[in-house]
Amino acid sequence: MKEEIIIAGFGGQGVLSMGKIIAYSGIMQDMEVTWMPSYGPEMRGGTANVTVIVSENKISSPILSKCDTAIILNQQSMDKFENMVKPGGLLIYDPNGITRHPERKDINICSIEAAEESAIMGNTKAFNMIVFGAFLKKKPILTMENVIKGIKKSIPERHHHLIPMNEQAIMVGMEKVKDIQTIQ
Amino acid sequence: MAEKILMKGNEAIAYGAIRCGCDGYFGYPITPQSEVMETLMVEKPWETTGMVVLQAESETSSINMLYGGACTGKKVMTSSSSPGISLMCEGLTYLAGAELPCLVVNVMRGGPGLGTIQPSQSDYFQCVKGGGHGDYHMIILAPASAQDMYDFVDEAFNLAFKYRNPAMILSDGVIGQMMEKVEMRPMKPRRTTEELLAECGSWALTGKTPDRKRNLITSLALEPHIMEAHNQKLQAKYREIEANEVRYSTYKAEDAEHLIVAYGSVYRICESVVDMAREKGIKVGILRPITLYPYPEKELDALVPQMKSILTVEMSAGQMVEDVRRIANGRVPVNFYGRFGGSIPSPEEILEALENYIK
Repeated sequence: MKEEIIIAGFGGQGVLSMGKIIAYSGIMQDMEVTWMPSYGPEMRGGTANVTVIVSENKISSPILSKCDTAIILNQQSMDKFENMVKPGGLLIYDPNGITRHPERKDINICSIEAAEESAIMGNTKAFNMIVFGAFLKKKPILTMENVIKGIKKSIPERHHHLIPMNEQAIMVGMEKVKDIQTIQ
Repeated sequence: MAEKILMKGNEAIAYGAIRCGCDGYFGYPITPQSEVMETLMVEKPWETTGMVVLQAESETSSINMLYGGACTGKKVMTSSSSPGISLMCEGLTYLAGAELPCLVVNVMRGGPGLGTIQPSQSDYFQCVKGGGHGDYHMIILAPASAQDMYDFVDEAFNLAFKYRNPAMILSDGVIGQMMEKVEMRPMKPRRTTEELLAECGSWALTGKTPDRKRNLITSLALEPHIMEAHNQKLQAKYREIEANEVRYSTYKAEDAEHLIVAYGSVYRICESVVDMAREKGIKVGILRPITLYPYPEKELDALVPQMKSILTVEMSAGQMVEDVRRIANGRVPVNFYGRFGGSIPSPEEILEALENYIK
């Protein structure tokens, strides 16, 4: 099993930390992982993206030109990363703020209203975990037990009381993810 | 088994330093290596191992603090990125001339000039061939993973002290910024004064006692015959390093008909290229130099006869390829593919370049 994921959005949406939680959950599941952030000019322009690879085998290149899954959280990232999804791959996006919806016909597309759901939860910080839940529902590559362990490893101990909230947000994402396009 | 921790290559440098008994770090922030000092400042090793961590006022200052620390036989290090290393080059040649063991980490970014903060390998000439003036070499290790970043700190210090020579970890923005799992090795305590005197007492400035002559550390000798003899001693040391300290690895090179030569993060990318090429029936392998000085000359030389061609891949406009061409010496075509100025090549574009060269 090897899953190559690109997560992209605005700085502050928790893109990098979602990637870190996926990577740490992978370690907890005894897998190899790489986490490669954007740290260049695009980051300074307010957008952030991270490439995460989770694999049962040794990972060669941490740099990708195609991915299995793209998690897209703003329009700039849609423009940049829609074409990087492998044919038959998965694109998950939050339609909030998206003016041009994905147009590819050869990939699976799902939406998750994470901004809206986090507002309903009364906690905008739950946003990235709602998105993560949507991903886990469509790609159940990590067990919930290892995800919780991964979250524990990823956040400082003083924030561990927030783990139940994160777990709840993941459940919301799993429940609310919508299939927009499913290909055979 | 030791716990595996997810961390950036830069963080691994900091933990590797604390845990291998480093005595002092002097540095100045620059992207993409700032997490080295940031991690040290968070970990506060001066409260645990006694390791000193100091932010200098510039790179020029940190390299000269390194000179001072190294004179006393302490395990001292600095880290920077390309423009900062340029500022350090005067200090590096003085350290090499005075035969001082120390560690410099270069997390390369694109140049020339202030360039870009994105990854690059365009300091090969500067670091492997010189940088400062005079006939000198640094021992250069090129990591390809966060674990390498951790492990090479201890390794580089060992080599530096074995040969009384500056050592460098020549990394790049990909390896520095990427997080991977890292196994923490057992903690090594800092050397005691007795251990330092036993290892470095013959040369280090440890305070003269009545039972020994004074130790003198300098790179200056105005008399040409003295300076020539000093240079001959340095050259003899370099030949010894070349004979004993080459480190390299190969990937699927045994039955290869085409060879890729690549180091650092580009080596990682080329592993994917080899797997993709072999699925298409192209027999490709890789030689990865782990030490860039001393270079795996004999090892590359021995692989040349079985190859139809060689492709050197770098994040530069073509620097290491000059060494590969020198060693191949016209026996097979040596091609080059490079991206530079902060761009990272994808496995697909390297494969395309390889296929174009060999068709």
